[in-house]
Amino acid sequence: MYGWLWRKLPGPWPVKLLESLVLLTGVLAVLFLVVFPWVEPRLPFTDVTVDSTSTGSVP
Amino acid sequence: MTSASVTTGRQSTRAGDKQRRRAARRERLRVTIRSVGEGFITMGVVVLLFCTYQLFWTNVSADKKTNQVIAQVEQSFTVPTVPGTAPVQPVKIQDGQGYGLMYIPRLGSDWVKPLVEGASLANLKKGITHYKGNAQPGEIGNFAAAGHRATNGEPFRNLDRMQPGDRVYVQTAREWVIYEVDRTLITKPNATWVLLPVPGRAGQSPTQALMTLTTCNPRWASYQRLIIFGHLVQKYPRELGAPKEIRAIA
Repeated sequence: MYGWLWRKLPGPWPVKLLESLVLLTGVLAVLFLVVFPWVEPRLPFTDVTVDSTSTGSVP
Repeated sequence: MTSASVTTGRQSTRAGDKQRRRAARRERLRVTIRSVGEGFITMGVVVLLFCTYQLFWTNVSADKKTNQVIAQVEQSFTVPTVPGTAPVQPVKIQDGQGYGLMYIPRLGSDWVKPLVEGASLANLKKGITHYKGNAQPGEIGNFAAAGHRATNGEPFRNLDRMQPGDRVYVQTAREWVIYEVDRTLITKPNATWVLLPVPGRAGQSPTQALMTLTTCNPRWASYQRLIIFGHLVQKYPRELGAPKEIRAIA
């Protein structure tokens, strides 16, 4: 998978390295700014209020 | 060995074909297994990254927000009032607005958090959140607030250490409000009775100023809530200065 990606990236190896760093940064940004904040409320660490709709998840 | 060396050219081609096919098959298998392995490693790395996000990043970003809100609240306290004019009518507190500061010495000698209106997930990232519709600090009724116990700044991380008699100080634009803890309770997440004006007595109109703090219990789970009940012991105009117990940080 990563070997395939490395072969697909155009240019000599320093360019490839730069391109893969840019890709990595992009993936990290998507994870930290979109995916993780979406996952967070679905985990039990943030349930601190009492309300009639919460049933409490089984640990 | 000798028999192999005298095989005809045709036979060797066929054997070579077979060998090549076998090699190609083996190569495909190798690539497949390697890709699956890379996939698993990637998933592991993503899970570790999520741990970093949850255990480190949310605290960093929440602390930043908390400090911003504290600065805003402090600034709103010092809005100069022109002498001789009537004090500015308090405007309605908006959702997400920081409008007070809370001090709990039991949770740390420098424990100061902003009090934010509305107990939503977005507001909880800023500090301690007031349940909308409940009494405000010092009012007759039940002043109820929630805070994170784990992640996102975790202001109520050690709320389980609260003892009866511990004090909770709230500074608003107008007053200093001091509550004293009565008892601790662990209950179910849907126990909304703790928020009632008189906790547990639906329909009863309040005669006392009470306090309820809520957070999750156990710390990393959500199948219970930790509740701290308290009552008002004193309130006085803000201009008279901070109570001596917390004067060092207020």
